[in-house]
Amino acid sequence: MSMWSRIANVFRGDGVSREIDEELQSHLAEAIGEGRDPAEARRAFGSVLRNREESRDVRLIAWLDSLRADAVFGWRQLMKKKATSAAAVLSLALAIGACTSAFRLIDALLLRPLPVAQAERLYTVAFESPSWDGTNATYDSCSYPMFLRMRATLKEQAELVAISMYNGLIDLTYGSDQDMEKANPQYVSGWMFDTFGLRPAIGRLLTKDDDLRPGAHPYAVLSYDYWTRRFGRDPKAVGRTFRMGDDLYQIVGVAGESFTGTETGWVTDIFIPMAMKNPRTLASLNNFWLRTLAQLKPGVSPEPIRERLRATFRAIQEERVKGFPGQSKRDRDRMFQERLLFEPAAAGRSNMQREYRQALAILGLLVGLVLLIACANVANLMAANAAARAREMALRVSIGAGRGRLVQLVLVESAWLAFLAAAIGALFAWWSAPFIVGMTNPPAYPARLVLPADWRVLGFGLALASVVTLLFGLIPALGASAVKPVAALRGGEDPHSRRRLMHALIAVQVAFCFVVHFTAGLLVSSFDRLASQPVGFSAERILNLEAVTQRPQPPVFWDQVADHLRTVPGVEKVALIGWPLLSGESAVGNISINGAPPTDVFSDFVSVSPGWADVMRIPFIDGRDFHPADANPNVAIVNEAFTKQYFGGENPIGKSFERVDPASGRARILVVGFVRDARSRDRMRLPIRPTAYIPFQSTDGKGALQPKARGTFVVRTASANPLALASTLRKEVPRARSGFRVSNIRTQTELNQSATVRERLLAVLALFFAVVAQLLAGIGLYGVLDYGVLQRRREIGIRMAIGAQASDIARRVTTEIFSWVLAGALLGLVLGMTSARYLAALLFQVKPTDAAMLGLPAITIVAAALVAAVPAVIHEVRIDPVSMLRAD
Amino acid sequence: MPKSDSLQGSLDLLVLNILSRRPRLHGYAIMSAIKDWSGDVLRAEEGSLYPALHRMEEAGWIHAEWIMKDTGRRARTYELTAAGKKQLAVEESRWQTVTSAVNRVLRTV
Repeated sequence: MSMWSRIANVFRGDGVSREIDEELQSHLAEAIGEGRDPAEARRAFGSVLRNREESRDVRLIAWLDSLRADAVFGWRQLMKKKATSAAAVLSLALAIGACTSAFRLIDALLLRPLPVAQAERLYTVAFESPSWDGTNATYDSCSYPMFLRMRATLKEQAELVAISMYNGLIDLTYGSDQDMEKANPQYVSGWMFDTFGLRPAIGRLLTKDDDLRPGAHPYAVLSYDYWTRRFGRDPKAVGRTFRMGDDLYQIVGVAGESFTGTETGWVTDIFIPMAMKNPRTLASLNNFWLRTLAQLKPGVSPEPIRERLRATFRAIQEERVKGFPGQSKRDRDRMFQERLLFEPAAAGRSNMQREYRQALAILGLLVGLVLLIACANVANLMAANAAARAREMALRVSIGAGRGRLVQLVLVESAWLAFLAAAIGALFAWWSAPFIVGMTNPPAYPARLVLPADWRVLGFGLALASVVTLLFGLIPALGASAVKPVAALRGGEDPHSRRRLMHALIAVQVAFCFVVHFTAGLLVSSFDRLASQPVGFSAERILNLEAVTQRPQPPVFWDQVADHLRTVPGVEKVALIGWPLLSGESAVGNISINGAPPTDVFSDFVSVSPGWADVMRIPFIDGRDFHPADANPNVAIVNEAFTKQYFGGENPIGKSFERVDPASGRARILVVGFVRDARSRDRMRLPIRPTAYIPFQSTDGKGALQPKARGTFVVRTASANPLALASTLRKEVPRARSGFRVSNIRTQTELNQSATVRERLLAVLALFFAVVAQLLAGIGLYGVLDYGVLQRRREIGIRMAIGAQASDIARRVTTEIFSWVLAGALLGLVLGMTSARYLAALLFQVKPTDAAMLGLPAITIVAAALVAAVPAVIHEVRIDPVSMLRAD
Repeated sequence: MPKSDSLQGSLDLLVLNILSRRPRLHGYAIMSAIKDWSGDVLRAEEGSLYPALHRMEEAGWIHAEWIMKDTGRRARTYELTAAGKKQLAVEESRWQTVTSAVNRVLRTV
């Protein structure tokens, strides 16, 4: 028989015992049959029980057997108090589930290595530049010529791969223009797949030969995910063609299933060779649009590489500066202050990582604290149980149970709680992690974080359950094993020691609860202030129809489409803008007043049609709207910030300025209108920038109107829900003029909200966990108070019998615990104040030292403590001294 | 009568040896065989025989099987496995080594 049979025997323990007994009985029968005296034969056998035990231990694994017995016993213990057990399991499940969920997010976004060869040797090139306010801003984009220079520098030490940064979904079609659909293509160096050691699922992958001459390699590789979604894994997809922009691409293969791109948080749909990017972009030294990943060759260390890259970067900056002759000295100095960073990127590199790293860390901290609070609750529950079971433990010790066995007994019971909770928590995490990812993205930008539930997650869950078991089970277990039989059987040991432990745990709970509340308060009021930042326009009932044309169309056709849309029932007003407000797109320009050198502060340029300010309800302070005949670059409407920045706050009407473009030189612009500030950028934390609105139509150098291939129809609808008109308007645009097509429809409200989506997410989750923490701490406090009363009811009975007032007794029982609550709150205050520093980047117009920020959690917690104390106090003053004393 | 302890070192050897010559014996028969074949000198105690049998069964040296006896009772019989035969050889040579070593000690004056 093997190990396996011994394990199996553990679970048929009774059967094993029976077999052993039967064999021994048959032996006795044989002996008696041969004429031996039955009594003598039985005596020769010695203790049957001992014999059975010895043989049993041989035939099964003794420790496993005892574990099984403890598990059965522990289960019965839990079932005896179904309500408390369920409460403990559920509160733990919520906390463990939240932790697992947070781990899944953090792991998927920040920790999990890319499924490529030698992910641990992947590094990324980033740049740190000093910004206006003295802090450092980090960006990781660079231009293609910069990439090629860096690649040449490191030819011997590393392979560099260029990957375009996520830039929204792109229109492409597998058929006619009417069948345009959206996908997330990514331009990658042809040698990327080979460098990463990737294999195709079918067909072939791109190679370095697909990335030789600009425009010469119209081949595409699909991601497995896209192949599944779009083609249902049809092998015939290979060989099909699609049109994107002006180029026709042929699909040559599908990448393996695990590789979803290097931009963690986005799933790439289509990989296209770098060489297919438009040649102007490829050649531009100043167009920063791609990320650089470096895979170090074996044995190469990153430090010398960083130094070499820095030297190259300096040379590049010197060359770039030459391209900006009109640049001020300050700008030039700033360019040379930029520092190249070379950071590990085993988990890939994406903007989502940058944006959510800190938010996720805080989330992880909050759920960790909630878990500790839940653990303290269960520890108190277990401690109270252990107290109630002191006699049972004493009995077990008296009849020979070892201390180890007792520790095991209690720990197994704790493990039941923890692992049941982990199982339920796993379900919670399975549901909640994708739910949270769903909350991070507005529908138009579907962030897709791959969230595998594999051994990493499972391992984390199991480790967490084990740690939790020890956290709340070890102290009660040691307490139980340290029981002194004599003291326990006599009727109790020092009753205060256990209560002191419980009170200390309450203090810890309150402290953690305070930190969670404090953090939640900061995040919620930050979000509140950020979301209520004035935008200066009315988003109500506004629908943005982002339209594109197959060939650039003259402005008059754009106006015709707008006119047609105005006739659609349910449409109130229509105007044109280059791209929707707060969509993340922007165009900036340098401003020069009276021929002076350009100023350091950039201005935003937003191209709009006549009537746009009226549609958006941006009030004019002075001057006029654009006339239909106005064209860029002749006239502009400016906002208050612009006036303050460049005209010293004077009325700008009739004044003029120059827009300075390093490429096309200076253009003189007359200010004809002056409007209130309105936000055009999605950076809600920054003040509204100087903005010049320019006419939607523009002329070239000779005064001819230029055709446009994209623009956005801003529609104010009559009905409260603008989306109700979306499908009608989508059909009306091509009907108004063929060649026009709506590529995307977004409400302005949705755009406004997406500017604060991270803050909203954090605020909602923090608030949720604050409520959970409060609830758990309240329940814990209630339990401990009630237990205290229960334990001291004899003492209270005596006190009442000799004339103590109810209020006296209530004070006596609650004073001690409230001093612990206060101590906990103070500790929480200190913890909160010290940790708030790390939050600073996520806060907005809120200071951790604000009285309201500190007072509110304190008041909430004390109030909750009072509420939790009520049942115990009632319970206590209802104690009837007579019946209490008679009971003993 | 020797104490059960003194047999312990050789109990496995005896049981394996007996089972190699007489397969499919039950516990009582093995005990009787030890007693009879040793001319009443050696005696295996029930208290050590059965744990030893179960231990050897665990180790895979012997294989147990329930048979129905004429009396209507079930009895558990044992026989040697291939591993048991090898083990018997090992035990025998170990025994030879020990006894010859003991003899050498006794002969040294």
